[in-house]
Formats: sequence, structure tokens, C-alpha cells
Amino acid sequence: MRGDDAVGLLAARRLRQDLGDRAEVIEAEMAGVDIVEFMKGVRVGILIDAARSRQRPGTIHRLDASTGPIAVGMFPSSSHALGVSEALELARVLGVLPKTVIVYGIEVGHTEAGQPLSPQVAKALDEVVSVVIQECDACHA
Amino acid sequence: MSEETAQTRTIAVDLVARVEGEGALRITVKGDAVQDVELRIFEPPRFFEAFLQGRHYEEVPDIVARICGICPVAYQMSAVHALEQIFGIRVEGALRDLRRLIYCGEWIESHALHVYMLQAPDFLGYESGIAMAKDHAAMVTRGLRLKKAGNAIMTLLGGRSVHPVSVKVGGFSRVPLRRELEGLKDELLWARDAAVETVRWVAGFDYPEFSPDYNYVALRHPDEYPFNEGQIIASSGLQLTVNEFEEHFTEHQVAYSTALHCALHGSPYLVGPLARVNLNREHLTPLAKQVLADQEIALPLRNPFHGIIARSIEILYALEESLRLIEWYEPPPVPAAPITVRPGIGMACTEAPRGILYHRYEVDGDGIVREAKIVPPTSQNQSRIEQDLRLYMPRLLSLPEKEAALACERVIRCYDPCISCATHFLNLEIKRESGT
Repeated sequence: MRGDDAVGLLAARRLRQDLGDRAEVIEAEMAGVDIVEFMKGVRVGILIDAARSRQRPGTIHRLDASTGPIAVGMFPSSSHALGVSEALELARVLGVLPKTVIVYGIEVGHTEAGQPLSPQVAKALDEVVSVVIQECDACHA
Repeated sequence: MSEETAQTRTIAVDLVARVEGEGALRITVKGDAVQDVELRIFEPPRFFEAFLQGRHYEEVPDIVARICGICPVAYQMSAVHALEQIFGIRVEGALRDLRRLIYCGEWIESHALHVYMLQAPDFLGYESGIAMAKDHAAMVTRGLRLKKAGNAIMTLLGGRSVHPVSVKVGGFSRVPLRRELEGLKDELLWARDAAVETVRWVAGFDYPEFSPDYNYVALRHPDEYPFNEGQIIASSGLQLTVNEFEEHFTEHQVAYSTALHCALHGSPYLVGPLARVNLNREHLTPLAKQVLADQEIALPLRNPFHGIIARSIEILYALEESLRLIEWYEPPPVPAAPITVRPGIGMACTEAPRGILYHRYEVDGDGIVREAKIVPPTSQNQSRIEQDLRLYMPRLLSLPEKEAALACERVIRCYDPCISCATHFLNLEIKRESGT
């Protein structure tokens, strides 16, 4: 794990435990273009990833990608691991983007290999997990 | 951005490039002459060599898998074969076949991504795969499904498609049941047909005339297209065992890059799909040969832009090989051969998607790694990329800066460079000095 960079994976593990069969939870490590595949046939997609936009570590960004692109710079991309923003745009172009797509970006501090989450990001993780559970429950209501 | 003085003109272009890792290119032009080409790499994966020191050999496959998200199997395969050489083990039979199969999965996913999302936009005139998808949705969908077929093989054998976890020294922590592998067949049959279509598709692209005089280097096995075994051969006639690698291939530092450059007897050389196809063409399948003949493509391919054809042919080869291996598969009696630790030094070279990947390890009597050396393919191709740019640049001098920069990027992308898995843009700078 690379410090705060692991926050998305940790959120997925917590949500899998807490949501049970109320939602399909995928740990999409370095998913890139594979995100397109995950979007197929989904009604509501919620993505959680580490973000970097020079804000205070632990800041939570809630971005709605349902109707338009989200900021590219916040989620780094590369050729081999397309960033979240580009992967969602590819899904949109290919017509497989779910009707509702929400992206939670959690601002990271340190990302050194082998380090645990910083306290601010750990707190944000708790908050995002709680909010996402509420959103999932709202979808089923 | 452009800065001009009476003597020099410097153009820097920041761009999101379809290459992997953190790097920059600086080209200095004086009059009509290309003075200097520097491909700067800031964050190569080499610090993993220090990471590995002091770790138990059993941890090595999982650690090296982290070097790259797109070719983790290559790192695992070079590592386990080098360590098995130390322990006097030779993995044979179904375990050997499974290693070929997981490598096929990696080639398919890596090559499909490069062909469809990274390089095809260059030939069809788009700035990105996303832009291309707007007009060529069916093509992109086919490419993504092909990639997914490769992912499926890696997920089944490796436990997951990114950073597989089941590869270990001696074999695997778990091997698949026959019916699990057979479950892949229908999709792989679709993918094989899609791969044929891919070769036909890329064969129709317009390619610039460009044929540098390459020294191709690849593994060569007497009976099969190479993945994990074979001698190292070069088109110059060189033929050597993997253990002789460091006697002929030497790494050196350059001031402008943190990555070492590797040279063969002091000169640049080419590794990767183009070299592999050219040096192993008789081991391609009859179908692959037929598709090439139908498209009137004659081997050897000498144009670096034809790398996309070589990759497409290797996708087809890897799919046919996967189907063959699945057809013949009988689960091995044990998932991994037992290991008796002994101290020593071992080397291995395997064919990563981007070319030969050399590993050397020294372990002590407790199985602790004392030294590790890793020479990745992109490090080996760096000098060759610079040389190509030197040769290609003169035809670009009359172009506006932006177009020249994009053309340079296209040359770099021919190599599918995987500089590192860190940050992800290329800063291209062309410095023009007035001629004297």
C-alpha cells in the first residue's frame, strides 16, 4: 500500500463488508480502461479514488459525472492506466456510462510505499464509507 | 510556450502523451542539423533492486509484480526463473505450460491496449483513444474486449489481472481446474477472430517511410515462439546464453536521465515485438503466417511504425497459443515443485511485451536476496529511441513546432515505452540554435 493512495481500496473493502449483497463492490486497482467494462449494465455507479488537487489532505470531493466530464487533473492518468476521468469519458463515448455516476475523490497527503493512512485521510475514509452506504440505501428505497 | 533570443529558440510543449511514466524529451537543433537528442527519464523502476535486498526469495515475485501495472507477469517470470536457476529447479510439463499461458494473457492485454488505445489514434489522426472512439466506437469496443480476454487469462491463473498473486518460485500457489480453463475458450475463440481482423485493420494504415538499420535482439527457442526460455540472439549474428548477458550488454549512466542506458557492445539495439517477430518468424502459427501473406506483409519488418503490425500478429499468436495450451491441459500433480534453498547466483531473461527483461539475483543460504539486478526493455530501447529521433528529425524541421513535437511523440510511441508507473506526462522541448 502506498500510504494515502490506498484509500480507494480500503473504502471498497469496508463497503463490501458493510453493504453485503446490496451492491457489487469491485476493487479496481489500476483499472484504467477496464473501468469501461465495469460500467456496463450498471444503473448507478459510485467510484472512490485518491485525488490530488492541492487541497488539504482528507478533503472529500463529490463529483457528478452523470451528465458531463469531471476534472481530469484530479485523478492522474497515463497510457497504461487511464485515469478515472478519461475512463468515464471513454465509457460515455461508447454509450455504456450508467445513468448516474458519482465519483468520490479523497485528497491525499503522503503516498510513500508501506505507510498507513494519515489520520486526516482515515477520517475522510470513515465519512465517505458512511455517505456511500446512505447513497446505496437511497438507491434501493 | 516559446522563448526566443537572437541565438536560440526554445520550444517547450507540455502534453499528455500516450506513453507510460515520467519523462521528457529535449531536442537541440542547430541550423538544419540535429545536435542532440535527450530522452530524460526521472523515475525508472530500478529502486526496486534495493528494495529486494534483504527480502526472502519467496517475497520476490509479489514485490517485482509491483514494478509495472501492465507487465507484472514479465517481472514475475524473469524473477522466478532466475531464482529457480539458483535452486537447481527446472519447471516442466503443465506448470511450464501455465507459465506460457499467463504470459500470453499479459501480451494480449498489453498489446491490445497499445494497438487500439495508444497507437492507432496516431495513424487515424486523433489526439487520443477517447477522441478516436467517437468515430470508431466499434473498433475501440473490439480492442477493449480483446484486452479483456487477456485479463481473463491473467485473472484465472494469477488470482487477479493486475499484480497477480499466485505466481511463485517452483510454480503457482494454485493451479486451475481443466473446466476452469475450458470456460475461457469461447471468448478466446472470438478473440482469435478479432485478432485476425486487427492485423487486417492495421495493415491498411498509412505508414511513413522510415527504415533505420536496426540490430534486433530477442530470445530464440528451437521449438517455439519465445516467452520464458531460449538463447539471446541478435540480427548481427550474436548468439549467447542468458548467463552471458552482462558480458555483452552494458549499462551506463547519462547525465540527463536517472535511468541507465543499455548498449550491446557499445551500440544501440532494438528489443520488443518487431525484433521478436523478425527473429522468430518461422515459429509463428500457420494462421498468423497466412494472415500476413494475405495482407502482402513480408517479414522482416524494418520500419518502427510497423511495430503495431508486429503487436497485432503477436496478439493473434498468443491467442492461438492460449487455445492450444488449454486444449492440452492436464492439471499438474502439485501446484509447485518443492524448493531446497541453497546459496548462489541466478539469471533469467524472458520476453516482456516490450522486449527482453533480464533479472539476476544473488541469495544466501537462508534464501535472503543479497543482490538484485533488473534490466527492463524500455531501458534497453532508450538509446535506440534517441537514435531514431535523430534520424527522423531532419524531415520535421520545416514543420511548425507543435506538429514536429507530435511527430516525435509518434516515433516514441512506436516503442510502447513503459518508463515507470509513476506520473504520466511527457514534457517535450525542442531547442533551436541558429546555425553558424
